[in-house]
Amino acid sequence: MRELALHILDLVQNSIEAGAKRVLLEIVEDMSTDTLLIRVSDNGKGMDAETKKKVVDPFVTSRTTRRVGLGLPLIDMSTKQCDGYLKIESELGKGTVIEAAYRHSHLDRPPLGNMLETLKTLIIANPELDFNYRHMVNGEVFILSTCELSDILAGVPFSHPDVIVWLQAFLSESLNNLYGGAKDENH
Amino acid sequence: MKTIEDLKRMREQFQAENSLRQAGGIQVIVGMGTCGIAAGAREVMTSILDEIAKRKLQNVIVRQTGCIGMCEQEVLVDVVRPGEPRITYGKVTADDVSQIIGEHVVNGRIVEKLVVGKITD
Repeated sequence: MRELALHILDLVQNSIEAGAKRVLLEIVEDMSTDTLLIRVSDNGKGMDAETKKKVVDPFVTSRTTRRVGLGLPLIDMSTKQCDGYLKIESELGKGTVIEAAYRHSHLDRPPLGNMLETLKTLIIANPELDFNYRHMVNGEVFILSTCELSDILAGVPFSHPDVIVWLQAFLSESLNNLYGGAKDENH
Repeated sequence: MKTIEDLKRMREQFQAENSLRQAGGIQVIVGMGTCGIAAGAREVMTSILDEIAKRKLQNVIVRQTGCIGMCEQEVLVDVVRPGEPRITYGKVTADDVSQIIGEHVVNGRIVEKLVVGKITD
């Protein structure tokens, strides 16, 4: 996966499969400390210490449909290639926090990629998930809560065509503002 | 600039029009496990949302699901029309989406060449 935004989609899908009702996704880009940090916190079923230790092994998965799981091992590898780390905190019955850190300026760091499409997918395709997003770029911050949006929409689904169009424009403008009007880190 | 206030105004307009037809909605489900994502599920999802917006389809519910074990057939997209068998499309690309939406979701005609599974409840 060439974009971190795709890994993020994968991490949140893990949370959903762990039965999470609430997910907090945080992205912190800080040039002064030269770090890019991604943190996904959920209230899913969590993991015991044994599972937690084994989870970056590609031949371990909670899934029953196939015997290998590549999501976390791939992220683990990409962080280590970029002077970063993957940290997993989890407690059975409480939830899981996954933190992936990269040296922002590292040549091999994958681009954050298209967060707009990742967010659109997560929000529209998981209407009953309480999804919270907090993205900081050098002190600028964008915060979004799907609970708040659901309250406003009062029963109108996120997949309503006009809501899709609104969400596209709202996310696009909010993310652009984070980067001072630039389209993304590459432009 | 789109704001939260715009969303509130939109909601009031929807309620005034009373145009919501949630009952009898058609479900479109995209496989979003690691395998699906790596095969391009997000791009397929983007195309689906674009088609819904473009065609102004108000009775479609979009969902994501995890790996169902047919990783080699990803990207997998299921279409469930009420009262009809659940159809699974395989190796779907963003370019196939307008056909699946236009033929199956809107007109009820299954796109046979992309079908990899059929489940009757």
